[in-house]
Amino acid sequence: MKTVILGGTRGMGRAVARALVERGDSVFLLGRQSSDLEKCAKDLEHRSAGQAQVPTAICDLEDPSGFDAALDAADEALGGFDTVVITAGLFGTQEKLEEDPEFARRMLTVNFTNTVVFCENVRRRLLERGGGTLCVFSSVAGERGRKPVVLYGSSKAGLSRYLEGLDHRDREKGLVTICVKPGFVKTGMTEGLEPPPFAGTPEQVATRVVRALSRGEPEVYTPGPWRFVMMVIRCLPRFVMRKVGF
Amino acid sequence: MAADEGAVAVETVPGPTRRPILPKMTRPNSPPAASSRNGSPPPRLSGWGRLFQPGRQVLSEDLERLTEGAVLCRGLGRSYGDSSLPPASHPEVAGTTLADRILDFDVTSGRIRAEAGLSLFELNRLFLRKRWFTPVSPGTQFVTLGGMVAADVHGKNHHQKGCFGEHVRSLRMRIASGEIVTCSEEENRELFLATIGGMGLTGHILEVEFALEKIPSPWIWCESERIRDIDDFIRGLKEAGPDWPYTVGWIDCISRGSSMGRGILQKGRWAHPYLAPSKPPAFKKRFTVPFEFPSWVLGRPTVQAFNTLYYWKHVSRFQKGILHPDSFFYPLDMVNHWNLIYGKHGFTQYQCVMPESSGRGAARRFLELLTSKGGASFLCVIKDCGAEGRGMLSFPKPGISIALDIAVRPDTPQLIDALNELVIREEGRVYLAKDAFTRPEDFAAMEPRLAPWNQVRRRWDPEQRLKSAQSIRVLGDSE
Ligand SMILES: Cc1cc2nc3c(=O)[nH]c(=O)nc-3n(C[C@H](O)[C@H](O)[C@H](O)COP(=O)(O)OP(=O)(O)OC[C@H]3O[C@@H](n4cnc5c(N)ncnc54)[C@H](O)[C@@H]3O)c2cc1C
Ligand SMILES: NC(=O)c1ccc[n+]([C@@H]2O[C@H](COP(=O)([O-])OP(=O)(O)OC[C@H]3O[C@@H](n4cnc5c(N)ncnc54)[C@H](OP(=O)(O)O)[C@@H]3O)[C@@H](O)[C@H]2O)c1
Repeated sequence: MKTVILGGTRGMGRAVARALVERGDSVFLLGRQSSDLEKCAKDLEHRSAGQAQVPTAICDLEDPSGFDAALDAADEALGGFDTVVITAGLFGTQEKLEEDPEFARRMLTVNFTNTVVFCENVRRRLLERGGGTLCVFSSVAGERGRKPVVLYGSSKAGLSRYLEGLDHRDREKGLVTICVKPGFVKTGMTEGLEPPPFAGTPEQVATRVVRALSRGEPEVYTPGPWRFVMMVIRCLPRFVMRKVGF
Repeated sequence: MAADEGAVAVETVPGPTRRPILPKMTRPNSPPAASSRNGSPPPRLSGWGRLFQPGRQVLSEDLERLTEGAVLCRGLGRSYGDSSLPPASHPEVAGTTLADRILDFDVTSGRIRAEAGLSLFELNRLFLRKRWFTPVSPGTQFVTLGGMVAADVHGKNHHQKGCFGEHVRSLRMRIASGEIVTCSEEENRELFLATIGGMGLTGHILEVEFALEKIPSPWIWCESERIRDIDDFIRGLKEAGPDWPYTVGWIDCISRGSSMGRGILQKGRWAHPYLAPSKPPAFKKRFTVPFEFPSWVLGRPTVQAFNTLYYWKHVSRFQKGILHPDSFFYPLDMVNHWNLIYGKHGFTQYQCVMPESSGRGAARRFLELLTSKGGASFLCVIKDCGAEGRGMLSFPKPGISIALDIAVRPDTPQLIDALNELVIREEGRVYLAKDAFTRPEDFAAMEPRLAPWNQVRRRWDPEQRLKSAQSIRVLGDSE
């Protein structure tokens, strides 16, 4: 596979990029900061089973005007990519987002509007070449309106619906859409939060996501137990959701 | 040492004289007095021995930013005592484990440069099948490069290869002033030598450059032998030294009298390609200890039964064959969270080195004292050490190192005091990466190198911004 990764500098994106190069895939890294991208690229080169040089380009989800150039660069370096993985995203606790409306606006824009705009660009490109895979990290936080993640959850709920729609409409045309819904995963994003039971590691998620990429699964809950946890939470009636704290 | 550490519990009978116990670590598991703002208890942190203290670790991929203003770094927390714990006055440590990128690797020389949070586990996973291995490995692979430098770790090849620090080319560090500097034999040499074995107190290590070693195959040829007593053991280790790159002994330290110090001597080398399986070693499945065991589980009968079994499991006197490198170097890593078997009171490891100058009898005198105090340790590890390293505060020196795990009981501080008294008399010293109970005056008596090291430390950190719970407990730093 020839994969473009947006968000590969940290957390689960870093782990997915490593898992891909280790099995011999070619990757292209997109991110916000060039010196950091360069170090990540070096790291991948030393882990890679094939790719001697991992190319990179700048792409900031807060600046949609740069999307086209970034994807052009990736296309050129990889000779036409067939897969795009997006893990980039922002998170803030409900408290923090309520205290700082400007940060809330940025989070909503990055996680929903601009991610969708980026995906649309990718969709057009992949459909033109007969198809490919678009794998995007949403969250279990988007499954129900929940007290601790009202704002963040809503950004991911919108994203999940968009990806579901794409899957329904374009799979036939060759565009495979994968919506990854991680539960709690121990990364820099969740730093300082108390891990609940079934908290996962980025490596665990990466292994699961690489399998989903090979199989083209439309929806992935990871780590595994979260599928069942969410099945229960999706069934809870409103009056219960109003009472409980999670 | 080397593969340190067999597990172990030392159970002790209260001594006749109860000396006053340590101010800080006496009841390490007592509930913290104050609660935080929202009513939940303040976060606690511990080393591998699970002696908890108030503290919190902050993690980020961006180690440069994370170490700005930090008082201490922590890797994988595999030091046993309080080396990786923050002082009470600044209860936050910079956790390095997310900063784990490999920045440079030269396939011809094996020279590698990586961020300090890279684990030895990951390094082995990536490089063993390419036939590269770390020049020095401790008895667990769940350690970071930063931790390996800061403790200047040693392994089963100490008699030939010395400590990890001997193989480090350069370090990139954030020092107390906030500046980022590089140090090596050529550049900022004094900082370099004080940092190797300096327990994180001279600056935060951001990147480590060292050389991997080319190996003929990723499998180990191992020969092992049942040994009758402690004197034979020391003889066996010395005799094997010149021919075998890796040697270590596991001794039963419950048996007394003529079989005192009986055990298994293990010798290993990388297998020749024509002897080794053609496949690279597969990932080994691990067990997990699911919960904290009740304290009685590791009582004297269990420990005694275990030691006897371990000795006689080695049915024929000699055994040899090909071993998976994990089984040879990291037998304890087979069980995740094995530190939970010591129950809620936790445990400590006592590791000391008895110098060659004190003669063969020193190890015997040590075991005699230990068994007379009723110490019952699960396996205890013995290893001969080679030359003293260049790290100013590096632990090993020529002689015999003994390491044993001790379940913490109310009288553990007295047992440690008694063992330390003997070690001071024999001119030996203890290993800070394992220590939780040594008194400052005892450490100072063992460590004539402390003053010169402190001078260097003061030059690079005049305001003493960097400190740990350990440096306050044993090195006399102010809170
Ligand atoms: C089962 C087992 C077997 C062991 N066997 C051996 C053995 O055979 N030989 C041996 O020598 N040791 C052995 N050890 C001890 C272990 O190797 C050391 O304690 C090592 O330092 C642990 O590394 P860590 O990454 O967990 O560091 P931590 O325990 O997290 O930290 C140890 C020290 O290193 C400092 N430190 C960590 N990272 C940095 C950094 N980036 N910059 C500055 N300072 C830093 C900390 O401040 C602290 O003082 C063993 C431990 C266990 C649990
Ligand atoms: N961790 C969890 O428990 C969890 C649970 C459910 C869902 N998720 C979702 O899973 C995804 C990955 O999470 P993670 O925990 O791996 O996060 P992480 O460690 O914080 O990494 C986030 C990544 O997103 C990038 N990024 C942030 N803002 C960006 C922007 N404006 N433009 C470009 N890149 C940007 C970051 O790049 P820089 O290096 O430049 O900062 C970083 O690479 C996220 O979408 C998150 O919402 C996480």
